[in-house]
Amino acid sequence: MTTRRAFLKTGAAGGAALVVGFRFSIDALAQEAQEKKKPSPFDAWIHIDKSGTVTLITAKSEMGQGALTAMPMILAEELEVDWNGVRVEQAPTDPSIYDHGTGGSGSVAGSWLPLRQAGAAAREMLVRAAATAWNVEPATCRAEKGFIVHGPRRRRLAYGELVEAASKLPIPDFNKVPLKNPDDFHIVGQSIARTDIPSKVDGSARFGIDVRVPGLLYAVVARCPTFGGKAARFDATKAKAIAGVRHVLEIPAVGAGAHTAGGIAVVADSTWAAMQGRQALQIDWDHGPHASESSQTLRQASETIAAQPGKVVRNEGDAAATLVGAEQKVDAVYELPFQAHATMEPMNCTVDIRADRAEAWSPTQAPDWTRSAIAQVTGLPPPSINVHTTLMGGGFGRRYQADFVVEAAQVGKAVGAPVQLLWTREDDMRHDFYRPFAYHRLSGAVDAKGNAVAWHHRIVSTSIRSFWDPPDRVKPEASEIGGAVDLAYAVPNLRVEYAPVPSGVPVAWWRSVEASLNAFVVEGFIDELAAAAKADPLAFRQRLLAEPRMIKQPPDSESALDTRRFKGVLDLAAAKAGWGSPLPAGRGRGIACAFSFDSYVAEVAEVSVDKAGLPHVHRVVCAVDCGRAVNPDGVRAQVESAVVYGLSAALKGAITIAGGRAEQSNFHDFEVMRIQEMPVVEVHLVASTERPTGIGEPGLPPAAPAVANAIFAATGKRLRRLPILRV
Amino acid sequence: MAELTLVVNGRSQAVDVAPDTPLLWVLRDALGYTGTKYGCGMSQCGACTVHVEGVAARSCVTPVGTVDGKKITTIEGLSADRSHPLQQAWIAEQVPQCGYCQSGMLMSASALLAKKPRPTDADIDDALGGHICRCGTYQRIRRAVHRAAEGGGK
Repeated sequence: MTTRRAFLKTGAAGGAALVVGFRFSIDALAQEAQEKKKPSPFDAWIHIDKSGTVTLITAKSEMGQGALTAMPMILAEELEVDWNGVRVEQAPTDPSIYDHGTGGSGSVAGSWLPLRQAGAAAREMLVRAAATAWNVEPATCRAEKGFIVHGPRRRRLAYGELVEAASKLPIPDFNKVPLKNPDDFHIVGQSIARTDIPSKVDGSARFGIDVRVPGLLYAVVARCPTFGGKAARFDATKAKAIAGVRHVLEIPAVGAGAHTAGGIAVVADSTWAAMQGRQALQIDWDHGPHASESSQTLRQASETIAAQPGKVVRNEGDAAATLVGAEQKVDAVYELPFQAHATMEPMNCTVDIRADRAEAWSPTQAPDWTRSAIAQVTGLPPPSINVHTTLMGGGFGRRYQADFVVEAAQVGKAVGAPVQLLWTREDDMRHDFYRPFAYHRLSGAVDAKGNAVAWHHRIVSTSIRSFWDPPDRVKPEASEIGGAVDLAYAVPNLRVEYAPVPSGVPVAWWRSVEASLNAFVVEGFIDELAAAAKADPLAFRQRLLAEPRMIKQPPDSESALDTRRFKGVLDLAAAKAGWGSPLPAGRGRGIACAFSFDSYVAEVAEVSVDKAGLPHVHRVVCAVDCGRAVNPDGVRAQVESAVVYGLSAALKGAITIAGGRAEQSNFHDFEVMRIQEMPVVEVHLVASTERPTGIGEPGLPPAAPAVANAIFAATGKRLRRLPILRV
Repeated sequence: MAELTLVVNGRSQAVDVAPDTPLLWVLRDALGYTGTKYGCGMSQCGACTVHVEGVAARSCVTPVGTVDGKKITTIEGLSADRSHPLQQAWIAEQVPQCGYCQSGMLMSASALLAKKPRPTDADIDDALGGHICRCGTYQRIRRAVHRAAEGGGK
């Protein structure tokens, strides 16, 4: 495993330096890249120069989740340097290097072991170089705060003095290099201030929308409001008459892999002129094949589909037979709407496309995809395309897509000048890839002793994979059943089925993906069974989790749910929330728990409903088991954030469809949580020595069911359809 | 088009734009003050908030012609060196996540503190209720405003 040559080829290093390349191997996308036989096996590097400066070069991007703070902490821990002695640099998007994306709550979880191994390997090389210089045994030297130290007189050499010699040594086998004893950690586990924060309080942080290059033009696109529609004809005369408008051009829709709507682009000297120009366009739309779709038709179609058996994804015992003879049977239908990501920074991308090369500045979770999208549109070879990943004003899964990049490349190529393509808020709301619409039908039974004996769950949704995957390879349930198929609660007769409902509405990965849909249903329905059994909702859950089990569902899943940890967070949340203690009149408590991205989160919500029927969330107590917390305050911030995002989807906005288009367009009709509605959110972490697992998303799924269950506790009303605008 | 003079962060600057152009786009595209953000274009999210003569204003719905000759402060002008007590408190409380909405939050919060040095929770709700943060940093924002008010920026 030599690394130096591979690194130097990227052109980012100069002068003598110790360089260790490695890969973030716990990543399905990286494995895919390996299968494609990328020339360089590395996607991250440690670089130590002669001044002793340590640089971590990584393709991970920062969207406020704190990955670019937590990652250098892990490296500094093994390398024995001050954590703020590690600089972080965005990896160049050399096509010989695989830039894997940032998502799936995987940056810290996936880089934990590789970063530790790489840091330890570099440390060992420095130790060996020092030992050779002093002619002593390496075992008698140790690393300490950027120095290798030896003997009682503590003679020492700085890392910078050792890099030249160390760089000539073979890199130790990552699997054999000794890692630090976690008991000796002094950085990991501390709450460290995030490095990106100072630039975010004085306006100096540069987001994608802030990119300015000489001669920049600004573009907006008029897209058919109906999904799948296109411009039949247009007249640009009035648009071109607007001062500042330079070009008006049609861009075609690009299907598989990007799913752009196509449309009419207006390019101008300023964003405002481009917007004015767009408003002046006269366009006749061909509304396409989905113009009659509505939330109503989708609900009806789902109801019909849910009346028939779907694909069985889990089947234990005989749920149907048990339900027939059940002591007490509960039937329910749950429904969740489409949700927009609504990142605060709308989609945008800046490109400078020349005849022989291209430069792009993209607020993206997927720089690699950005480059290939530009290559596809322009015909330029990927090595000639340089992508700069900018800060992102929110990602939440939306910025994994490359639709806005494709549009920018189309316009940039056509006008032959640097162009910033911006989506207005209306564009962003109407042309998102939404969280799927879902319709769930459930039947369950409890016996005379109050045991849950049957659970039959039929899931219908607008499948993400059906939208994105090639028809011959599609597995519709693949991004739809997590959090339902792996039901944590022991029910002897259990059947889970899935069926997609056809729709023209674009869908994709929304923060926590299907976990947020399925947790609402599963945690609501288990509460219904508890009520049927006349049991306390917490005690009922604890009883069904009494026997420890590992649940690996579907069987080919990379994750396994440990019911002890699941129960552990339920117990902790309940204890911290004072479960069972008296509440002010009119308030109710609800509990919910979910397993996602290998982490466990339970939440207890305290809710009241006013005379007008408006729900008010006063307090949300969260218990989190995400393994070892690398940066505990960062973990808490992510959970606070996920709770608010989840409450917005539970209580505020939804995307509804009429005439084949989104009915909402901006924050006045797609409402989200604001400061005056903000409950007290408390986050309690389970002390754990397990490996770190995801944290950007797992706090979200329990929020909605905890609130709905609290409303039931406060009012006796069971709410099964989101959002809950009024009780 | 019209010749207008904007006094941005104490600097007088001439611009030649249509007077109905929103101040936001003049600041961002013509003058390069990109700390002021576009979020909604219709005064729903607060990301574009600046001070006009010390009063918080939504620059996305403020025609530039109405602020000719007036003193405008953007996030870049809140302090020269992040020393404003709110900026210090924002760092101390680790408020921003993605950070996109925070310029607007800080401008509204600073206008509030200028008027009410010891705001109540209700005052904070009034001043910041028109802002949106999709990362949900509201709880920390509230703490940071109180911290700054109590002189505990550091």
